[in-house]
Amino acid sequence: MNLTLLAEKLNLMVRCSGDGLDREVSGGYVGDLLSDVMANSKTDDLWITCQSHQNIVAVSVLKEHAGIILVLGKEPDKDTLEKASREGIPLLVTELSGFEAAGRIYNLINE
Amino acid sequence: MNRKYEFSFPVEGKNFDDAGKASVEIKRLLKELGIAGDVLRRTAIATYESEVNIISYAWKGTINVRVTDNNISIKIQDSGPGITDIEQAMRQGYSTADDRIREMGFGAGMGLFNIKNCSDGFEISSKVNKGTLLKILINR
Ligand SMILES: Nc1ncnc2c1ncn2[C@@H]1O[C@H](COP(=O)(O)OP(=O)(O)OP(=O)(O)O)[C@@H](O)[C@H]1O
Ligand SMILES: [Mg+2]
Repeated sequence: MNLTLLAEKLNLMVRCSGDGLDREVSGGYVGDLLSDVMANSKTDDLWITCQSHQNIVAVSVLKEHAGIILVLGKEPDKDTLEKASREGIPLLVTELSGFEAAGRIYNLINE
Repeated sequence: MNRKYEFSFPVEGKNFDDAGKASVEIKRLLKELGIAGDVLRRTAIATYESEVNIISYAWKGTINVRVTDNNISIKIQDSGPGITDIEQAMRQGYSTADDRIREMGFGAGMGLFNIKNCSDGFEISSKVNKGTLLKILINR
């Protein structure tokens, strides 16, 4: 399942497409504590979080995430968007909660 | 043939706007040297957590990375308030991060523990009101 398809199925809004939304999503990680995400998320994970400030971008670059989804209708800060486009990290937003977003994405990628 | 590479990055205290910048740069350089997989992942965690600790708690510091055929040794030195009780600081969940730092998602009290956890060698020493020194070894 790639990001374009996920976005379509879950009505995610794309705020920055980074290096492209065709990247395959193999799994995900939910977390708002950056040192937890650094330690426990994996390459190609989709990171689900409510952190919207620019520090999330470096974490995703270092972990080589497939992208970031901001939940609960959080919008990325201006600096976050700029950094995400510069670093090629896809950034999507949804009104869903972290729980719902994770559950539905889990089902879709394991279908 | 024995090759050796070494590079250093300055890190400014309190400048959260650039948090992760040095670590991203270090990762790029290591990739160019052909380092990949688990070694690259562990190095990224170690440098990132160290970098954020300098920004969060110290005045300024440097991250020095040396790459040989056998390992990556990372030395992180800062001038800053130092750590009074290292054993306590190493404990998972212990943090003195203030609200501003926590709002950005830092301050879980996991950084030092995670660094140690992903290193093959880990030494920490600190002098109050002088600074902290971390020596990390990651085998290739
Ligand atoms: N370079 C440093 N100088 C001074 N104090 C430090 C330094 N690094 C860590 N500390 C102290 O040790 C504590 C624990 O650090 P650690 O990195 O494990 O967790 P944290 O920074 O509080 O949270 P996290 O890393 O999970 O975001 C810090 O809260 C701080 O009090
Ligand atoms: Mg820390």
